[in-house]
Amino acid sequence: MIESIILWLLAILAAPFFSGVILKVKAFFGGKKGPPLLINYYTLIKLFKKGSVYSTSTTMVFKLGPIISLASAFTVLMFLPIAGYQPIFSFNGDIIFVLYIMGLGRFFTIAAAMDTASPFEGMGAAREAYFPIICEATTFMILIFFYRLTGELQLSAYFTEGNTIGLWNMAGAPLLFIVISFFIILLTENSRVPVDDPATHLELTMIHEVMVLDHSGPDFGLIELGSFCKLFFYSTIVSRLLLPFDLGFWGFNFGLYIAGLFIVYIAVGVTESVIARYRMDKVPQFVLTSFALAFFATIITLEFIK
Amino acid sequence: MTTGFLEISNGEKLAREQIPHLPFDEFHETALAIVKEGGKVVQYFGYQDDASMKLLAVLRTDKLLVAGCDAKESYPSFTQTCEPFHMFEREIAEQFGIRPEGHPWLKMVRYHPNYRNMPDVFDNDYEQDIPGNYPYYQVEGDEIHEVAVGPVHAGVIEPGHFRFNCIGERVLNLEIQLGYQHRAVENLLYNVHAKRLPILTENIAGDTTIGHSLCMAQAVESLTQVKPDKGARIIRTIALELERLANHIGDLGALSGDVAFLPPANYFGRLRGDFLNLSLLLCGNRFGKGLVRPGGVRFSLSDDVRKILDERIKELRLQVEHVLDLLFSASTVRARFEDCGNVSHIDADHLGLVGPAGRACGIPYDVRRCFPTEHYDQIDIPENKKPSGDVYARARMRYDEVLQSLSIIESLIGIPVETNCVNDINYNLPADSFVVTLNEAWRGEVSHAVLTDKNGKILRYKVKDPSFHNWNGLSMSLRDTGISDFPLNNKSFNLSYCGFDL
Repeated sequence: MIESIILWLLAILAAPFFSGVILKVKAFFGGKKGPPLLINYYTLIKLFKKGSVYSTSTTMVFKLGPIISLASAFTVLMFLPIAGYQPIFSFNGDIIFVLYIMGLGRFFTIAAAMDTASPFEGMGAAREAYFPIICEATTFMILIFFYRLTGELQLSAYFTEGNTIGLWNMAGAPLLFIVISFFIILLTENSRVPVDDPATHLELTMIHEVMVLDHSGPDFGLIELGSFCKLFFYSTIVSRLLLPFDLGFWGFNFGLYIAGLFIVYIAVGVTESVIARYRMDKVPQFVLTSFALAFFATIITLEFIK
Repeated sequence: MTTGFLEISNGEKLAREQIPHLPFDEFHETALAIVKEGGKVVQYFGYQDDASMKLLAVLRTDKLLVAGCDAKESYPSFTQTCEPFHMFEREIAEQFGIRPEGHPWLKMVRYHPNYRNMPDVFDNDYEQDIPGNYPYYQVEGDEIHEVAVGPVHAGVIEPGHFRFNCIGERVLNLEIQLGYQHRAVENLLYNVHAKRLPILTENIAGDTTIGHSLCMAQAVESLTQVKPDKGARIIRTIALELERLANHIGDLGALSGDVAFLPPANYFGRLRGDFLNLSLLLCGNRFGKGLVRPGGVRFSLSDDVRKILDERIKELRLQVEHVLDLLFSASTVRARFEDCGNVSHIDADHLGLVGPAGRACGIPYDVRRCFPTEHYDQIDIPENKKPSGDVYARARMRYDEVLQSLSIIESLIGIPVETNCVNDINYNLPADSFVVTLNEAWRGEVSHAVLTDKNGKILRYKVKDPSFHNWNGLSMSLRDTGISDFPLNNKSFNLSYCGFDL
């Protein structure tokens, strides 16, 4: 239990660092030196030192948005098996709980955006509400897949100790589809290129960023930290799926886990560097690709793994 | 159907009595007839001559045509039947309070009181902020939403207000309101000492320094009958092409950045700086300020500098070609550029789009080819147009022109130049004269027209930036396009706010 809590704290502490890795990779492809790896910590410290500005037309909901979105990200991490270790909390069906805790965070981000009554934020909220619906279909398809294989609805049943390697042994080929599909979900849910552009300053093209335009100072810091944690959550799962080995010694397991994380974050950075963003009306097609992959994977398991 | 209008050449000095002065109805009919047969409006403006109010039009077919008339206080609008007059009539209404009756969309252009203290055509109280009492075009319906952007924007760009009427993500109409940077440039030019003319014209639009100062210099040269020597003409041509290169490359980088394709955005950003630095090498200013003066140039091009320029251009060409290839061969970039923000050839023709934006819609007009100035009559500029009128066409135009400008500079840099740098500039303008000059700046046709009074003072100085034509093209391109593609389209036109606002 203690080690789970320590891991949870370490995950929160490490999340901003890994997001900095993406910036470095993008800078490398752009022929630049890029910001320091610890840039996100500096930004967070800077933001927490500032004051917040609130529009007179906003209400309580606006202030709740950042707090709840961060709280939901923290909560979700408590259910996440890190490096194959048991998470802090785990119960049968926890994965559904986790999905809807994330939904709750999103709901409040959207509500806070709507609360500002800015037309930009309204547009962003509409987009943010739309794309995750498609993601959710994929997520549940992946869930069905895992449930078929393990008969359990519990994150720890998939990602702790030798369980993940067991999944590969049972259904290696379909699991490959799931990894790709999950990577697409990661890009969509975390507003990365080619779905969203986290670096743009153009409000009209933004999805996630535009919803938090009115948040400032510590509030914005909370949102940033929340999004680092969310990306960390998805990356940990992909990392575990990629390198599912249990080497027996905790140091090796950690090394493997961190190597997996680097692979995922660098892959995100490379993706952002080599492809342009899709046109807004083509994004659903891209996200649906993940559904198609998960769907095929599930069908294959239905047929061959009885 | 050009009877009544006088044929002139680009930068030709005319005595004012040589300009045909037609009765209003004949002026009206002839002008409409010329434009309906494919002519375009280069300049159409009002001016006060003693007590009377006059109008003057410079039209172009394959020649330049000029005529004037006495203005009426109100007249049936040309725009009703002939769209290219649209902006010009609104401008005249705003500047002099002359009402074009039946104008389909009579709204202010830059939001300032008219120069004659006439009752305001738009019923505006100019104490209020823009847009005064102007109601924006509205679309009604349950699912319609309106998005207002600006005048203050994210990033470091100029102020302008954009009003979108959307249904979901789709834009039904975009209305653009500018005028936030109106400095009354034209009026400034009457009252300053002639020596300050170059300084003012250089700063009409900072990114078109060479374009505007060339127009002014050619106008003054023509009026004072000074002819710059061959060396000066070559240097100015190189400067204009360097300006085109720097801006086109900057635009391509920005386009790439807008679709979140970062490598070319970064490389082009740096390359733009490299080309600006070549202007620095030429005259000590990255934007070419202080280079062009009536009578020639202020800085000669020594053989040493020529050699460095030559080497730098050779070096940069390889890099530019490489990055162009990177940008245009990326399929995801093409997916964003193609079929985005289409402006049809017919619409472009009606709006009178000029420059790369016009050529991207299949209008081949290029001042360098049609009415060459400086050294362009010695250079073969091929006709270049794209049929599709989308973002891809506008980007591709820039691609072609970047390579073309590189070739032009490479060919000119080999010619040893000798020029006497100008110091004493003759600003003694002759009395009662007129001249109009056109140049193809990087955004398209820049034109200045100068009229002098009987004392040789400037009576009217009319400036027209290509953006004056092209802003409406941006509006059209957004019809039925996703609102999230607005920044991309905006960048593909990259129009000047201050050049429009004057």
